[in-house]
Amino acid sequence: MEQKVQSKVIAANYMHLQFPSRSENESLARVAVAAFVTVLDPTMEQLTELKTAVSEAVTNAIIHGYDGGEGEVRLHCALKDGTVEVVVEDDGIGIEDIDQARQPLFTSRPELERSGMGLTIIENFVDEFFISSEPGRGTRVTMRKVLASSETLN
Amino acid sequence: MQIDKEVVGGVLVVRLRGELDHHAVEPLRDEIEQSLENTHYRGLVLSFQGIDFMDSSGLGLILGRYRTLSSRGGKMVLCEVNANLRKIFELSGIFKVVPVFESEDSALRAIKEA
Ligand SMILES: Nc1ncnc2c1ncn2[C@@H]1O[C@H](COP(=O)(O)OP(=O)(O)OP(=O)(O)O)[C@@H](O)[C@H]1O
Ligand SMILES: [Mg+2]
Repeated sequence: MEQKVQSKVIAANYMHLQFPSRSENESLARVAVAAFVTVLDPTMEQLTELKTAVSEAVTNAIIHGYDGGEGEVRLHCALKDGTVEVVVEDDGIGIEDIDQARQPLFTSRPELERSGMGLTIIENFVDEFFISSEPGRGTRVTMRKVLASSETLN
Repeated sequence: MQIDKEVVGGVLVVRLRGELDHHAVEPLRDEIEQSLENTHYRGLVLSFQGIDFMDSSGLGLILGRYRTLSSRGGKMVLCEVNANLRKIFELSGIFKVVPVFESEDSALRAIKEA
């Protein structure tokens, strides 16, 4: 019974972070998410995958969304039933063709030595992954990763 | 991001340290390119021993240097890739493009024999 109460507390937890689109904030974002999920006691592999996925989404917001210029990136995290949800948002240029963007090796910026793997990495490193975007308005990437089975929590 | 560079028998050895993300990669790229020019593009060993995090920016760094060396007839190999990086290496197919060795010694030997 004691632990059931605790899992409800965990389910209600959330965190928001907003920061300017500066590349040094890429590590801030992934370390913050890693610290946020510590309560679920993830494996090293799960943590590496989650940090990599967050890093990809935040880097995309900075490089593509704001084209290396000024802007704000917002990160929302929530924990529910052993699953973490991370949302990365920018108010940048947006994505015209999301299906094309999600193709492995597709990049709009080969001259910056991008290899078009970021979204493919996210897709493989988390359990659920959506993109919504409006050209000229911005992009929102939502990912969910199961970090603990519901049995472990109950 | 710290790196440690050494030239062994004309071949540039770069030992990376820290987290290989977009923030780290940008200054690193120019530094490695400069050292490659100084060593006449003979060869490059990139050691990942000190790297515990890498994302697609690291892939871009590897593939970019691979392109530089290929176009100038030099060889490039990687070594000491730790378990944390296995999955991103496998997913990207980089294993198929650039050879990966266990140790720096075996990496250097492979370049010299090539
Ligand atoms: N936040 C964003 N805003 C605008 N465009 C984006 C955003 N995220 C992704 N894109 C578009 O989707 C493409 C694919 O993204 P992806 O992360 O897969 O590759 P990349 O960033 O180009 O290369 P890599 O991630 O391998 O460095 C980008 O080249 C860009 O055109
Ligand atoms: Mg990307």
